[in-house]
Amino acid sequence: MTDNILTVEGLKAYYQMNYFGVEREVRAVDDITMNVRKGEVYGIAGESSSGKTSFIKVLAAAIRPPLRIMSGSVKYDFKTGPIDVARASPAEIEAVRWRHLSYIMQGSMSVLNPVRRIGKTFHDFASRPLGLSGKAFEERVLGHLARLKLPPEVLRAYPHELSGGMRQRVTIGLATVCHPEFVIADEPTTALDVVVQKEVLNLIRDIQKEMNSSVVFVTHDMSVHANVADRVGIIYAGRLVEEGPTRQMFFTPRHPYTAHLVASLPRIGDTRQRPALEGRPPNLADPPQGCRFHPRCPLAVDKCRKEVPPLETVAPDHRSACWRWQDVEPLVNAAAPAGEMA
Amino acid sequence: MSSLLDIRNVSKRFTMGGLFGRKVVDAVVDANFSLSAEKPEIFTIIGESGSGKTTLARMILGLEDPTEGEILFRGQKVDRHGRAKRLDFMANVQPVFQNPFEAFNPLKKIERYLESTARRFLHTTDKAVIDKAMDEALQKVGLSLKEVRGRFPHEMSGGQLQRCAIARALIPNPPLLIADEPVSMVDASLRMSIVNLLKSLRDDLGVSVIYITHDLATAYYISNRLIIMQRGRIVEMGDARTVLDNPEHPYSRLLKASVLSTDDAGAGKLATDPAMVSLATDMVGKPGRLVDRADGRSVRVYEGA
Repeated sequence: MTDNILTVEGLKAYYQMNYFGVEREVRAVDDITMNVRKGEVYGIAGESSSGKTSFIKVLAAAIRPPLRIMSGSVKYDFKTGPIDVARASPAEIEAVRWRHLSYIMQGSMSVLNPVRRIGKTFHDFASRPLGLSGKAFEERVLGHLARLKLPPEVLRAYPHELSGGMRQRVTIGLATVCHPEFVIADEPTTALDVVVQKEVLNLIRDIQKEMNSSVVFVTHDMSVHANVADRVGIIYAGRLVEEGPTRQMFFTPRHPYTAHLVASLPRIGDTRQRPALEGRPPNLADPPQGCRFHPRCPLAVDKCRKEVPPLETVAPDHRSACWRWQDVEPLVNAAAPAGEMA
Repeated sequence: MSSLLDIRNVSKRFTMGGLFGRKVVDAVVDANFSLSAEKPEIFTIIGESGSGKTTLARMILGLEDPTEGEILFRGQKVDRHGRAKRLDFMANVQPVFQNPFEAFNPLKKIERYLESTARRFLHTTDKAVIDKAMDEALQKVGLSLKEVRGRFPHEMSGGQLQRCAIARALIPNPPLLIADEPVSMVDASLRMSIVNLLKSLRDDLGVSVIYITHDLATAYYISNRLIIMQRGRIVEMGDARTVLDNPEHPYSRLLKASVLSTDDAGAGKLATDPAMVSLATDMVGKPGRLVDRADGRSVRVYEGA
């Protein structure tokens, strides 16, 4: 369990644009160092425009200009050998894509080709990486669909004939049919209802355990992370601000932003006033000096406005980038269960 | 007691397909409830996609005619026809839509949308009056015209934009807002600011809100009363706290059990009891009726069950 399948070191990826002679640089991923262990679910949380999508684009080796990797490395340790996707050639990436490194995309409606039957899409998508065709391929796909609790008739259907939950299961099926070692899931349940959402999350978790693969799970909904992830990393304005085991992140957060995210979740059975975080995420083309969270932070002091806090280990396996992490109190939501734990 | 909104035996049926292979979908079946004019409240409609909650909202807004039954607003039938009457009605019942990024034209400044609403409903072209109305509405949602003026939708965060959408709806001072999933496209961290805003609209300005959602946690947090809909039928109705603390209908129980809890974060408990799912789905479409209970709620019970 201790060896890492993914090691990201000092990764910087910027959008560089040059319109009418005016250069603009958006620092979407700014110095992120993290790793993902074999067989774990790593949750990434962050607001929209926090750079989380840019970060997973880099992880998925789907970088297109104007996004460029400035420095750092993204090393995978696959069974076939290590690869640094920040430097690998397109052919090398092609060799690992889908078979080892796979991606469940957001918005199942726009992912599937609306004028092609699901079976054809499976064929287009997976027959080459699997190296199978005809009967053997069909058997493989049907076996996989059964595992996803989808009836075989799905292969004859068009995307519009399926419900939202089924479509999402089909996209999960596409992403996992080659039994990849590493799966990136980008907001796979955001548009789904509560009942279906739980089903789909359960499915992702089951498939992950069965194949013993690693999953990077991206969503802004902390209650999803609470139930799916083994470890959670919080991204704010292009930086990793806190990372730790899920339970610790919820009950003893060490960054004010995490504490706020956890506290703002409403719960059934609790009608106390919830605080809302004012302000908006910073513009990444012109981020604030020092700690990027300081304009919205209730704990900010002078030091926060000038110096960038490093990501430091504050407890075993738990890192936080805050000058005042010792003063971070779990807010209203976490108060009761934290007491139980002690 | 005068009523603000009366929904009486409302049903909506859509027919799909042509001469051959005609299919009938009952989107809403026999809905009944009313909002009082004296006591502003947040009335929540909960249901999954396809439960008919949006169809019901569209009928209340007068965008869709009910197949059966009638909808009365202040004792007047909601009618799609007649321009003057329609405008008058629109000034009283205003919508807030799901996705603020789609509600605003990305190529026009935000104030344009607010301005045209003000011009239409205040029946004036006087710049000063319009500006004042816009500023007042924006103040109500915690923004100001000074902040918003000259900005395009992409320059604002989802939460701010949704506030602008709510401000736009408040320009004619409507007594009723219909908010169709106003927070589902907004980041979880900004969600509470919108929900708190709806709450303060009710408490401070006396605006009634019909809040449509599938998120039980926020519904519990803000609403006074709620109805839970399954495939077009109301299955449980009553005081929000009473119903959600102890749901009685199997479908309501399934919904509550599906809410992701953070109490045992990291434990990875995700499995839903399959018996619960089958119990909740077996009853769909069977004949039944709403029965009042002692604690003020009504629950759908089925014949022979």
